[in-house]
Amino acid sequence: MEIDASKLTQKELNDAIMDCMHSGVKKIILRNVYGQRYIGTRLYSPNNKVEIEIFGTPGNNLGAFLDGHRIIVHGNAQDGVGNTMDDGVIIVDGRAGDVVAMSMRGGKIFIRDSVGYRAALHMKEYLSKRPVLVIGGTVQDFFGEYMAGGIVILLRLNLGNTLHEANFIGTGMHGGVIYIRGEVERHHLGKEVGVSKLDEKDEDILKRYVGEFAHYFGMDKKDIIKEDFTKLLPVLKRPYGRIYTY
Amino acid sequence: MKSYLLPEFIIERNEERCIRCRVCERQCAFGVHYYDEELDKMFSDEEKCVSCQRCVVFCPTNALVVRPNPSQYKLNYSWNREKISDLIKQAETGGVILTGSGNDKPYRIYFDHLVLNASQVTNPSIDPLREPMELRTFLGCKPDALALKINSETEFIPNVMIETPIIFSALSYGAISYQAFNSLAIAASKYGTLFNTGEGGLPKELRKKYGRNAIVQCASGRFGVDPEYLNCAAVVEIKIGQGAKPGIGGHLPGEKVSYSIAATRMIPEGTDAISPAPQHDIYSIEDLSTLIYTLKEATNYEKPISVKIAAVHNSAAIASGMVRAGADIIALDGLRGGTGAAPKIIRDNVGIPIELAIASVDKRLREEGIRNRCSILAAGGIRCSADVVKAIALGADAVYIGTAALVAMGCTLCQKCYTGKCNWGICTQDPYLAKRINPEIASRRLLNLLRAWSLEIKEMIGGMGINAIESLRGNRDHLRGVGLHEWELDVLGVKGAGE
Amino acid sequence: MTRIKREIYEKEISACSLFGAMNRNKERFTGEGVISAIANMHVRGNGLGGGFAIYGLYPKYKDCYAFHIMFERRNKDAKKETDAFLSMNFDLVYDEEIPHGDAKVVNPPLVWRYFVIPKKRREEENFSDDDYVVQKVMHINTKIEDAYVFSSGKDMGVFKGVGYPEDVAEYFFLDKYKGYIWTAHGRFPTNTQGWWGGAHPFSILDWTVVHNGEISSYGTNRRYLEMHGYYCTLHTDAEVMTYAVDLLMRRQHLPMSLVARIFAPPFWELIDRMDENERKLLTELRMVYAPMLINGPFAVIIAHHDEMIGLTDRIRLRPLIAGVRGEMFYLSLEEAAIRLLSQKLDKVWTPNGGEPVIVRINR
Repeated sequence: MEIDASKLTQKELNDAIMDCMHSGVKKIILRNVYGQRYIGTRLYSPNNKVEIEIFGTPGNNLGAFLDGHRIIVHGNAQDGVGNTMDDGVIIVDGRAGDVVAMSMRGGKIFIRDSVGYRAALHMKEYLSKRPVLVIGGTVQDFFGEYMAGGIVILLRLNLGNTLHEANFIGTGMHGGVIYIRGEVERHHLGKEVGVSKLDEKDEDILKRYVGEFAHYFGMDKKDIIKEDFTKLLPVLKRPYGRIYTY
Repeated sequence: MKSYLLPEFIIERNEERCIRCRVCERQCAFGVHYYDEELDKMFSDEEKCVSCQRCVVFCPTNALVVRPNPSQYKLNYSWNREKISDLIKQAETGGVILTGSGNDKPYRIYFDHLVLNASQVTNPSIDPLREPMELRTFLGCKPDALALKINSETEFIPNVMIETPIIFSALSYGAISYQAFNSLAIAASKYGTLFNTGEGGLPKELRKKYGRNAIVQCASGRFGVDPEYLNCAAVVEIKIGQGAKPGIGGHLPGEKVSYSIAATRMIPEGTDAISPAPQHDIYSIEDLSTLIYTLKEATNYEKPISVKIAAVHNSAAIASGMVRAGADIIALDGLRGGTGAAPKIIRDNVGIPIELAIASVDKRLREEGIRNRCSILAAGGIRCSADVVKAIALGADAVYIGTAALVAMGCTLCQKCYTGKCNWGICTQDPYLAKRINPEIASRRLLNLLRAWSLEIKEMIGGMGINAIESLRGNRDHLRGVGLHEWELDVLGVKGAGE
Repeated sequence: MTRIKREIYEKEISACSLFGAMNRNKERFTGEGVISAIANMHVRGNGLGGGFAIYGLYPKYKDCYAFHIMFERRNKDAKKETDAFLSMNFDLVYDEEIPHGDAKVVNPPLVWRYFVIPKKRREEENFSDDDYVVQKVMHINTKIEDAYVFSSGKDMGVFKGVGYPEDVAEYFFLDKYKGYIWTAHGRFPTNTQGWWGGAHPFSILDWTVVHNGEISSYGTNRRYLEMHGYYCTLHTDAEVMTYAVDLLMRRQHLPMSLVARIFAPPFWELIDRMDENERKLLTELRMVYAPMLINGPFAVIIAHHDEMIGLTDRIRLRPLIAGVRGEMFYLSLEEAAIRLLSQKLDKVWTPNGGEPVIVRINR
């Protein structure tokens, strides 16, 4: 099913997508998307799952609260991709704006290029629900702020040999894990995170999700994996436990 | 370090009455009472006492009295006992002092300076015992005019009906026990009103039964927020702020995140549940609009979206922006609003009284011709049915009650909610303490409260010659101020008594 | 002694959409693209204000100061008084009502444009032309009731009003004008009837500012500017920004790179790690200009002749995205709006918080 979004408002477009889903369509292609927001958000339906392919630039909060659907963007995405996403997959064949994967609690997001500020903010996990975010490029400040769970992999494929510029990485982090390809200087990290050694389990995780990333964007997994990764873990599960009294 | 603190309370045990049954010892989670077998005598460790009065109530022989310790420093109005005690605590620990429940400082309580009207001669009062009195209220956006011809342009505007203008305010599972949470849900559904989940999620097994009476919160921590949670509810509320702690976040300490709280909040057991101070996808008014419409999308435009803010200096302008941003309900939480845990310095010093906030927000929205586009919920220090009537006359649609509901279940305002040792079984996750609340009985107490207040409201408005609550809303002619300054009367929009 | 009445002002809180486009070869282009781009961010505004600044607008009168002046409620007396004031202080080269249609805008005032050359008296000769003009503009704004100057620069102009930006554009036929820089604004004020003068861009001389966010340091900034003779009568954040830019850049000749560091200084933690010269400079900047730190979320596009600047607060609480295609340079809050003008871009990025994006004319 194809929808030309060029003349549609955000609400009309999402109405059309919902109608498609309810009529049993499994794959929806959106063309000429220019900033329409909340694509995928309304599709709460325990039994129907769809795939949405987007050509253009979807608006803010793409796939917010996403309920297990699959979204592919051919182009760049704006702010709030996968906000509080519950399950499903979002693949962005381009870059994304600020607060990617904020409070995400399940599913997977793959961004080919870089993202803006506060990616993976307060991402969380519970039992089998363990969200995954893979970013091919780099990030800006407050990456992984308040992170409480989940797996975040940062590949910095577009940085060459230069180091990160982002500051306050993992500030307030108290759960989950961040893998960064290459090294990170200590002063770029928030005081709540520490650098740890990778073990076999980590290697498996990297192989699996970097593999999936490479597959989506036609890259070579081995090339990416062969470099060393830095693993960031929270120092304490309770970063702020000791500042209160009585 | 030897503590220089004076014990706050003194415990007097009448030895003649005491039968050494050790009930007091078992009732106290703070470990105040203990029994000495050799002497066959009960003793008390007064430093630990919080004056929750649990032991006093449960002592079968009325042998106990707990009262403030009369020891005094030299009288000093500036450096009073509380200031000195807090200072000592900080000198000994270096920490931020925590507290629970609402602001207890002697700020002016405007409700106590407003008096109500009653009909005499020129129009008749109505007898609520025999004549119909309507308290039914609809929450949500109302259109500017009724579009009789419904066309595709007319947007369906969802509203939620409540049978009395009293709603239980946000008390999260985690802050309070499962039993207490469940009691609120039962009472709300039986009376036909709403309870608010706070930001601790709604346990799956309660969704089907009580979802339609639930206001579910989407707060900065996004705990327990999944598509089913949003869609099972009557209203979705975006929590921006709380009267007890405007401008700051909160966190449920890891030790309170038990197996079942973890499941409801969807975070691992034993980790801190941190609610950031702001919602990180809302840094401006148009971002609020984005989240409002994201939630409307996520719930298929079927539910009113509420936005709760702490009452602060610019509430009126902020509220106007919220309505323009698409909020269907505006919840205002005033200076005296309660909390399970907040830094004392914030609780006692930030925000404005709810009465002034209601008045200025209602006035502003009317001036701009958009009052119909939202309902106003007032929270923070509603202590009795007269406060409800006054809040509505100032301009609210309905009120949130938190502390009053907790008191109905047994709370005595000892302000130790954050310790998790609530002897009344409310603000605790200790199964031994929590089972002191029997949801069947506690919900009956809550139902009684709703019933009693509703009856009193009918008495009061009947006396004014009003038989439907909507005729009271914003009807400030029925209020008069006593002992208020000119500017206060101006802000409240009421005349002085006798004027 | 009489008691000074306590100051009660009501600050206007608003947010909005921003867009800027510039041709670095100074080739002029029409407004259609910019209008559709700002219209694409419709949901960021609420119809209570929209506006545009255009540079390279009046080549025919490029040596004259172009005044765009509005007269509230089409007040004829205000117009008469203004005309008299202008002819006393300036040589009037040409003037006319700005042509308009009847698009959906609210209570349109009379908007007139004047092309003028300063006519200084002897005691005013020490003033630069710019200072002279600023003084006269402040006079009109504060002393003549119902008159307000939208813009007062050379070869540029501001068009703004109450309505969505696309409506304001239609009202003033902006698709017919050409310029080499266009900045645009759609407003989301939290209070009611916008007043036409309250819409963005804000302007003094050829400086214009379009702004998004709410400044939490407003009270501090305002009172500092008051010490320097700027009176913030509109109680909006953008007004503070405009005067701050005028003070720091025009009057104190600071370069934009430093002004950005004043508005959005790096954290002390970062400054402490810098090499000595930089540390010294930034420490001094923060000390001297502490009252000009713009705290809280903001994104602004500042423009004057030959330059367009984008800046966000130091922890980037507001979005801003930049895009380049050939000689065209774009700044926007959302990428989709840029893509609407130019599907293909050579480069697109989100600048770091506090780091200005400065675009200059190719020389």
